[in-house]
Amino acid sequence: MTTVAPPTVRVKKGSTTSSGGRSGAVAWMVLPALFMFIAFGIIPLLGVLFLSFTQWNGIGEIRPAGFDSWRAVLSDPGLPHALWVTFLIMALSWLVQTPLSILIGVFLAAHKRYRGLLAVLYFIPLLLSSAAIAITYKFLLDPNFGLGPGLGSDLLTQDWLGNGTLALGVVIFVVSWQFIPFHSLIYQGGVRQIPLSMYEAAEIDGAGRVRKFFSITLPQLKYTIITSSTLMVVGSLTFFDLIFVLTAGGPGDATRVLALDMYQTGFRANLMGPASAIAVILVLVGLVLALLLRRLGGGSSGDSQLEGA
Amino acid sequence: MATTLTQGPERTEHRRAPSRSSARRRSLLRLNWFGGALGWVWLLIVMVPVYWIVITSFKTQSNYFAQNPLAPPTAPTLDNYRLVIESDFARYFMNSVILTLGTIVPAVLISFTAAYAIVRAGRNSRFLRGVNGLFLMGLAIPLQATIIPVYLIIIRLQLYDTLLGIILPSIAFAIPLSVLVLANFIRDVPNELFESMRMDGATEWGTLWKLAFPLTRPALVTVTIYNGLGVWNGFLLPLILIQSPEQRPLPLALWTFQGQYSINVPAVLASVVLTTLPIVILYAIGRRQLLSGLTAGFGK
Repeated sequence: MTTVAPPTVRVKKGSTTSSGGRSGAVAWMVLPALFMFIAFGIIPLLGVLFLSFTQWNGIGEIRPAGFDSWRAVLSDPGLPHALWVTFLIMALSWLVQTPLSILIGVFLAAHKRYRGLLAVLYFIPLLLSSAAIAITYKFLLDPNFGLGPGLGSDLLTQDWLGNGTLALGVVIFVVSWQFIPFHSLIYQGGVRQIPLSMYEAAEIDGAGRVRKFFSITLPQLKYTIITSSTLMVVGSLTFFDLIFVLTAGGPGDATRVLALDMYQTGFRANLMGPASAIAVILVLVGLVLALLLRRLGGGSSGDSQLEGA
Repeated sequence: MATTLTQGPERTEHRRAPSRSSARRRSLLRLNWFGGALGWVWLLIVMVPVYWIVITSFKTQSNYFAQNPLAPPTAPTLDNYRLVIESDFARYFMNSVILTLGTIVPAVLISFTAAYAIVRAGRNSRFLRGVNGLFLMGLAIPLQATIIPVYLIIIRLQLYDTLLGIILPSIAFAIPLSVLVLANFIRDVPNELFESMRMDGATEWGTLWKLAFPLTRPALVTVTIYNGLGVWNGFLLPLILIQSPEQRPLPLALWTFQGQYSINVPAVLASVVLTTLPIVILYAIGRRQLLSGLTAGFGK
């Protein structure tokens, strides 16, 4: 703070370089954020790699253990299963959410009259905590006292959380319930930035409604789709709270995703070494997916989309 | 940012030549009756559980088991709310307030100064570009994967079972997205304004507060509410870092409450309503800015 250069010097400098060469005078402003992010973001990130080569029960001493944890984790059939469940939930929830969000987003963008009201109501699921949502659905889907038996509907009266396939379906539905409104709003913003002249030109050429949707709306939403998909895919790695409260990974291990596997191994079985190895895998999966999606975005414009430059 | 650009002309257009804007609406509307139907169906799907939570929280327990689940209570009662409030709700509520304010105020402030530095001098400083790259990388990493070392660090700092122990990592987790969104908005401030501030002899620190801060207020509100939501509803960090009941924030209390009173569904749902109510009120206040900030920040 005290090292700010006298203004006269900066005025001179500024007159020679167009966008200011005063990095010294502002650079310190980045330091508090940098410090916090390194202390509680970067160091833990490196720490998780370090801990994966140790043995620790969460309370006692941390002892080096070489590749023991890695050997244990990689030979455990639970890992490929957890990876598969994680992938399944990611892929299916993307497949359900994306088309629905695009269609609803286009609808919201066009309807001026209802748009405000709809946007307000659509946002409600985002205000509830994942824990609250999971608790609510647990009650609603109860096979004895839930919505199905209450309404006398046999179709709704299933052992929703007691059957592996159904439980997986429930997780995907609840995720969609929670996040489709958010992604619809993102698409609404995207659609509203498509130039009107494009539709007019297409109309002159005699393009129909379906044609216009597929040859104008969808291609123009390319970057919105990539942004929204990145949020969905990377976000799906962090569905911890919802699944933890809703099914706790069950029945059996039907919904035991990677993040849950990490928690159960580390904080329930007190095996912090193997849990850290799972965490490293989780980080790698996230990074690979983010890079893949960025590649899909196509070169520099995709970069600038994410960086907002 | 972009919304303010498009909204202005759209509005004047609407007044001067209504045919043009309604033509746009029609052209978009016609191709999407399917999306329209879907929009209303999805609204129903969203609202039924919300409606159910609210009406059930006013039912008596026997009422809950006897009645049609979607019918309003025949004899509405506030007993459930009384039970929740008597179960130390005020304490959990205060914990959540301290936790949320203690996180978002410093997180937004340091993200704002960082974003300002990156936008103002990032072009000429390899250091700042590097820091920006580091924050962007943070967006791609599921930060939940770092909880084991975070747990270790918090124990070593003797902060286990304290709210500060949750606040510190929560601040770090909030930084990447906050910096990204705020930097996007600061970048939109015309360069001439910065130039004229400098001509007037303002320091960078002064420019930050007198120019950039007021001009990026919508973004600040967006980032504050977005992070506030995340912290208020956060579950994983309290789960691993809090042990004693009196330190619990609301989501964790909700979860244990559900374990204790799993049969008393109306009471659990009353606690769901009470934990969400403050957020609903905040949302009602900052809604306009949040929605436009989100669509402008993400929906390019």
